[in-house]
Amino acid sequence: MSAETKEREPLFSAKNMKLVTKPLNMDNPITVQVLGICSALAVTAKLKPAIVMSISVMVVLAVSNVVVSLLRNGIPQRIRIIVQLVVIATMVILVDQVLKAFVYDISKQLSVFVGLIITNCILMGRLEAFAMGNKPWPAFLDGIGNALGYGLILVIIAFFRELLGSGTLFDYHVIPQAFYDFGYKNNGLMILPPMALITVGVIIWIQRNRNRDLIEK
Amino acid sequence: MKALRKFIDKQKPHFQKGGKFHWLESTFDGFETFLFVPNTVTTKGAHIRDSIDMKRTMIVVVLATLPALIFGMWNVGYQHFLSLGETTDFWQNIGYGALKVVPIIVVSYAVGLGIEFYFAQIKGHEINEGYLVTGMLIPLIVPPDIPLWILAVAVAFAVIFGKEVFGGTGMNVVNPALVARAFLFFAYPGDMSGDKVWIAEKADTFSGATPLGNALVGNFNHFHSFSDMFMGFIPGSVGETSTLMILIGAVILLYTGIASWRVMVSVFAGGLVMGLLFNWWGANEYMELPAYYHLVMGGFAFGAVFMATDPVTSAQTARGKYIYGFLVGVMAVLIRVFNPAYPEGMMLAILLMNVFAPLIDHYVIESNIKKRLKRLKVAVNS
Repeated sequence: MSAETKEREPLFSAKNMKLVTKPLNMDNPITVQVLGICSALAVTAKLKPAIVMSISVMVVLAVSNVVVSLLRNGIPQRIRIIVQLVVIATMVILVDQVLKAFVYDISKQLSVFVGLIITNCILMGRLEAFAMGNKPWPAFLDGIGNALGYGLILVIIAFFRELLGSGTLFDYHVIPQAFYDFGYKNNGLMILPPMALITVGVIIWIQRNRNRDLIEK
Repeated sequence: MKALRKFIDKQKPHFQKGGKFHWLESTFDGFETFLFVPNTVTTKGAHIRDSIDMKRTMIVVVLATLPALIFGMWNVGYQHFLSLGETTDFWQNIGYGALKVVPIIVVSYAVGLGIEFYFAQIKGHEINEGYLVTGMLIPLIVPPDIPLWILAVAVAFAVIFGKEVFGGTGMNVVNPALVARAFLFFAYPGDMSGDKVWIAEKADTFSGATPLGNALVGNFNHFHSFSDMFMGFIPGSVGETSTLMILIGAVILLYTGIASWRVMVSVFAGGLVMGLLFNWWGANEYMELPAYYHLVMGGFAFGAVFMATDPVTSAQTARGKYIYGFLVGVMAVLIRVFNPAYPEGMMLAILLMNVFAPLIDHYVIESNIKKRLKRLKVAVNS
C-alpha cells in the first residue's frame, strides 16, 4: 500500500475522541470496569485532595501509557508486568516529589495514597488492556480519558461527602449558620470510608438506571 | 365489618388495571390485605395452610413489643421528672412519655412506610409487611430526645440501604432496625451516646449516665441495683430498659412460635458464659461485675428477644441458631468490656453475626451432608 492511498488518521478523529469520552460514562473505570475503588474510598472525604489525586493519576496514567506504548514491541512477554511497574513507579515518585515541593499540605493529607497509585488497578488495567496493543497517541488519549472518568467519580463522591459530612466545599462553609441554629448537624458517617462505598453504589445505581444496557444479565 | 367489606369491593375496580387509580394498585392491595385475610386460593397440588400469614406474624411481634413500649413511655416520664427532682403520679409520667415517644413512632412509620409504598409501587409488587415490625422496633432503640429529622434520615437510610437494595422484606442480610441505629450511632454520635441523651430534657445538674456508661468509666459507687435494672427504672433507650417487660414479650413470641427459642436461649447463655469468663479473669473492676448484670444492662435483653431472633437475618439451621446466638452474646459482652469507644456492644454484635449467619448455615449443612455420606458408606460396606 503506497503512502498516498493510506490517509493519516487525524489527531482528533471521532475514533480517537471516543477514547476520551467513553470512560466518562459508558466505560467508566470506577463504576463500570470497577477499578481503583480503594483510592476512591480513601481520598474523597474532602474535595481538594480528591482533585489533586485525580490530577496525579492523570499525569501518571497518561505518561506511562505513552511510555509503555512506545516500548510495547520491545518488551518480552514474560517480564512485561515488571517493565510496566518500573515505568509506573518512576512516574509516581516524580509526581510525589512534585506534590511535596509545591503543595505540601495536600501531599500530607494524601499521605501514602500517592505512593499507592502504583497499586491502583486502573494503571495496570489500562497498560495491560490498551497501551500494550496500541500506538502512543491513542494510548495517551486513553490515559487522559480514563483518568478523567476516574476523577469525575472522585469529585462527585467528594462533593457529597464534604458537603454532608463537614458542611464545607473546598474548606469554605457553605451551609449557613442559621441551619445549625435550627438543629441541623453534620453527618459524621459521611466522613468514614463506608459511606464512600455506598456513594459509589448509589452512583452505579443511577447510572445503570439511565443506561439499561450496562445492567449485567 | 360487612359494610367495610362491601365498601372495599366497590372501590376495587378503580384500582385495578384500567381503573382511574390503577397506579395506586399496590397501595390499595396493601390496605385491603391489612384489613382482611386475602382470599387467594391455591389451585394446584395439596398445601397445608393455617390462618397465619406475613401480616398476622408481624402483628404478633408488634403486640409483643407493646409491654416494653408502654413501660418505656412511663419510664421516659419517670426519669425526666426524677432528674428535675419532682414527684409525679403514674399518669403524669406516662403522659409526658407519650408526648416524647408518639412523635418518634409516627415519624418512623410515616417515613419507612412511605418509602416501602413507593418502592412497591414502582416495582409493581405487593407491599411488604416487614416494615410493620421494623417501624415499631426503631422507636424502641433510640433515645427519647432524638431529633425527629435525624430519625427520619436514619429510617430512610435503613429502609433503602438495609433492605430495598437487597430486594425487600425477606432478602435483607442485616436487620434494618439495627441499620438505622448503627447509622444514628456513627453519623450523629452527639445524639446517640454519652451521658446527656438518655433522659428526656434532663436537668443539667443530674447525672444521666446509664449503667453501661458508668461501668465503662469505672464509676461503680452509685451503680444501679440489679432489681432496678431488671425492672427498668434506669435511663436508656425507650424500650430497652425493662428486662421484665421484654421477657413478657418473649413469652408471647415463644408461645406463638414466631421467634426461635434456640436463638434467645443461646444469646443469654453466650452473654453469661463470657461474663463468667471475665469474672474469673478479673483484671479490672468492670470484669468483676457479676455476669448476670450483663444480661439486664443496656440493650442486651431487647437485642436477644427482638433483634437477634429476626427470622430473616438469623441463622436458619437448628444447630446454626445455637452457634449464631451464642456468638452474639459473647461478642456483645466482649465489646462492652474491651472497647472504650462503644459502651453497648449488642447492636454491633448482632449486626456482625447477621453477616456471618449464612456462613454458619453453610458449614452446618456441609457437616450434615458429610455425616450422612459417612453413614451411607457404613451401611453399604456392612
